[in-house]
Formats: sequence, structure tokens, C-alpha cells
Amino acid sequence: MQEPSFLRDKLLPVGTVIVLLIALWYVAAVFLNAPFERDTAARAGTEITFSEIVRNTMAQERPVLPAPHQVIAEIWNTTVNKAITSKRSLIYHAWITLSATLLGFGIGAALGILLAVGIVHNRAMDRSLMPWVIASQTIPILAIAPMIIVVLNAVGISGLLPKALISTYLSFFPVVVGMVKGLRSPETIQLDLMHTYNASSAQTFWKLRWPSSMPYLFTSLKVAVAISLVGAIVGELPTGAVAGLGARLLAGSYYGQTVQIWAALFMAAALAAVLVMIVGFAHTAVLKRMGAKP
Amino acid sequence: MNLPILAAAIIFWLTAWAFNEWLVRQTFQSEAAKSAARFAVPLIFGVTILVLWEGIVRGFSVPSVLLPAPSMIWHKLINSLPTLGADFRQTFLKAVLSGYALGCGLGFAVAILIDRSPFLQKGLLPLGNFVSALPVIGVAPIMVMWFGFDWQSKVAVVVIMTFFPMLVNTVAGLAAASHMERDLMRTYAASWWQTLVKLRLPAAWPFIFNALKINSTLALIGAIVAEFFGTPIVGMGFRISTEVGRMNVDMVWAEIAVAAVAGSAFYGVVALIERAVTFWHPSIRGGRA
Repeated sequence: MQEPSFLRDKLLPVGTVIVLLIALWYVAAVFLNAPFERDTAARAGTEITFSEIVRNTMAQERPVLPAPHQVIAEIWNTTVNKAITSKRSLIYHAWITLSATLLGFGIGAALGILLAVGIVHNRAMDRSLMPWVIASQTIPILAIAPMIIVVLNAVGISGLLPKALISTYLSFFPVVVGMVKGLRSPETIQLDLMHTYNASSAQTFWKLRWPSSMPYLFTSLKVAVAISLVGAIVGELPTGAVAGLGARLLAGSYYGQTVQIWAALFMAAALAAVLVMIVGFAHTAVLKRMGAKP
Repeated sequence: MNLPILAAAIIFWLTAWAFNEWLVRQTFQSEAAKSAARFAVPLIFGVTILVLWEGIVRGFSVPSVLLPAPSMIWHKLINSLPTLGADFRQTFLKAVLSGYALGCGLGFAVAILIDRSPFLQKGLLPLGNFVSALPVIGVAPIMVMWFGFDWQSKVAVVVIMTFFPMLVNTVAGLAAASHMERDLMRTYAASWWQTLVKLRLPAAWPFIFNALKINSTLALIGAIVAEFFGTPIVGMGFRISTEVGRMNVDMVWAEIAVAAVAGSAFYGVVALIERAVTFWHPSIRGGRA
């Protein structure tokens, strides 16, 4: 067996695929945007050469598919060249979405852990709640999102909290399921040992169940943080919200600003990647602290 | 405030709770009684939630704009079956099912195609995992622009959402067969195809069904959310967003009930097929040592 190397097993294959994708994207951009150029040329009564088409399709104002460099330019324009407080700054919108995400994620994670502790320690809760927790995962929760927003707005709760509630709703299920599994992961032999020590159930919980549930907790937290970002974005779609990445998506689709949609999309992707990475780092840090082998 | 109704609901709740507590402490002699009890506990819990919901809404006279009572939703559901049926046909039968089949099929096909190239696997897998964490739903407005307002754009969104989970899980599943088993196939002089069909695909079924189950939920969500970005005047997402605007919250809840039942049934069917296909798996056989 060869030792795995970063260059050969990570960078080279992933890099190749990414380069291929970008190349594919450019080709697709030319083909998808070409009809518009041909129409314009035909209307003007001029002939247009292929090289001109290629050049023009790279710089349309409202392309069907913007070329990658257009998207990057748009992101650069709306992040670095704009004041952060400006309504046109992508950072401002990303912050609005991020704050809703984090609030919802926090509440959701706490709620999920509490529910899981209840389920593990109370048999009636286990039998009656668990099937519903699983069943509710099959329900398209996001479909309720617009209603929650509108209804809460009608009662006078607006701003951050309604969006955060959707994130909460989405993020607590993975935490419950993961934590129940994690809190039950100690083997009978370990639980028996705690029993022979005459440990109370609180001691068993803090010294055995809680530490052994950590890997499960962080795995579900990763899922939860990604899904709460989705929740926050979808929460911004209805009601014509004025700020946030979801609102940018919606405004872009209303006015045909494709470049803006793609920029918001990239920003959301970057946000998701950073959030998942932070949870991942916390995961390794906690496990290292607990003495696990890397 | 309507105290008697509220009190009745709370009493029902407490009684049901006590009954459930009593039920889970029983030890039954016969298998039938045991499985009946296992079935009854969550059912009673669900009914209790509905009764408590009804009681709170009526007891505190919560305005129906805020939260309609279950009975009201049921009434609306029964009375607007044709509309709900049309929405169901548009969203579920056209967009969700075809998108689900296409997306899962494509993911599976690509996984088989890259199976012989470790290089492509190493390149595509991290990307696939990464994409699973992304808010893929954001491509919905772009797809609506490309494929128009009708169900085709929803199919595209569903395909994109379901493709990557399927790809990642199938590749992981194809790697699940152990070295020993593969060596055995080699000693039989089995070809790549024979190994694939007789050993590695069966070993991969649990992973593939995991993706199929995840995707059954994702597909419905994708189709409904994509409809928020533009749709003909029919469809579950369309109905939800317009009826919310008109403050017909009972209709919204009726639509959600349909979506919930459809989603659960879809998941249930996939789970049933899984039980039939992976009957040999320890989690299906039941852990009776």
C-alpha cells in the first residue's frame, strides 16, 4: 500500500475536476448566450463571426448563463468596492442571513440536545416522540416557511426571529436523531461498570453518556448548520423580504439579473462551506482535548 | 376564552399521557399485544397533539389567521379536493416523481461510470460531499429562467438536488464489499460485470437506499420551493404562497397536510422496497441474538 499523499490523492484529482467544470461552464456560457447575440446581429442586419460571438457572450449584461469571471467580478464589486453598511453590499446581505442562521442553529441545537436527553431518559417520551421525530423528517418543512414568516409578521414579530425559527425547526431534527444515537452509544458493559460504581444517573450522564456522544453530536451539527442556512435563505423568499441572500435571489429572478443571482449563490455556498468548516474544526479540537487519536 | 373546551383538552392530554406511561411499563405475553402497544403509543401521542391543538385554538379563541383548528383544516381539505388534487398532480406526479427518477438514475449511472477510475472518484467525491452541504435550492430561480415556469424547471431543480446524495452514497456503497469477498470473486474468475452485479451492487443496496430515502424528502422540498420563483397557476408551492398572501391560512394548512401525507407515503414506499431488497441486512432482520 502506498502512503496517501496530499498532492496525488487530493489536490490533483479535485483540481482537475474543478478545472474541467470551469471549462465546461465557459463552453456552456458561449452556447447558451449565443442565440441572443445572433438575434441582435440579425436585427441590426449585420453578419457576426464566431469569434465575435465568443467575445460578446463573455460580457453580456443579462446573460442566460454568466461566465465565471463575470460572477467573480460581481462578487468583487459588491463586497470589496461597496461600504459594508450599503444596501448593495453582498456582505451586508450575507450578514443578515448569517445572523438568522446562527440564531436558529443555536436554538435548534440546544432544543435538539434537550429533547434527546429527554428521549434517552424517559421511556414514554422515547416511545411516543421518536416515531414522530422521524416521521416529521419526511415532511417538507420548508413548505411551511413562508406561512410562518407571514403569520408571525401578522402578529407583529418580524425581523430576525421568524427566519431563525425556520432554521431552528430544520436544524433540531438532525441533532435529536444524532444525539439519541450518541447518548445510547455507550455499551452495556460500560453502563454496567458505572452501575457497579454506584453512579447516579446524573453522573452516568456527565461522565459516560455525554462524552461518548460527542462524535455523533458534531456530525449532526454539521448537517444542522448547513440546513439552517438553507432555512434562513428560504425564509427570506416570501413576503418580499428586503435584505438577505434569499431576497437577493428573489430580486435577481424578478428583474432578470442573472449575474446577481449567481453572485448571491456563490456567497451562500461560501458561507455554507465556512460554517461547516468551523464546526469541523470544533469537532477536531474537542476530540483532541478528549484524547482521541487524530 | 372558552374554559370548558380548554379544560377538556388538557384533561384528555393528561389522561392520554398517563395511559401512555402505563402502556410502556406493561409487559405483554403475546407478540400481537406487544406490537399493538408499540403501534398505539405514538398514535395516542399524535391524537393527543391534535386534541390539544384544537382545545387551545378554541379555548383561547386564537384567530384562525394565526392558527386554524385541525377540524377547520379537515373541513377545508374535504371541500377543496379538486384543487388539491390538481396541485398534487402538478407538483408531485409531474415534477417530483420524474425529477426524482432522473436525478437518482443519473447519480447512480455516474457512480457506476466513474467506478473504474479512482482518479475521477477522488476528484468527484469531495466535491459531491461539499455540494451536499450547499444551499442547492438557490439554483431554483436560474432553473425557472432556463426551463420556463412549468414543471420542467422544477424537474431540473429536483434532479440537481437529488443527484449528489445519490452519487456519493453509491460510490461509498460500491466500496462496501470487503477485500475477502472480492478476492473470492477473483478466484471464481468473475469478470468486472459479474463482480458488480453479484457482489458489489447487493452490498451497496443499503447505501443506495439511504440516498433514495434522503432524496424522497429533498425532492418534494425542491419542487415546492422552486414554485415560489414562478409557476403556472397550479401547484402546491404556488397554492401555499398565494393563499398565504390572501390570508387563507386554513387552505395553506390543508396543502401542507397533503404534502406531509405525500412525503411520508413516498418515504414509506421507499422504506418498504428497502425491506424487501435488503432483507439480509442486520438492521432489517432484527437483532435477536
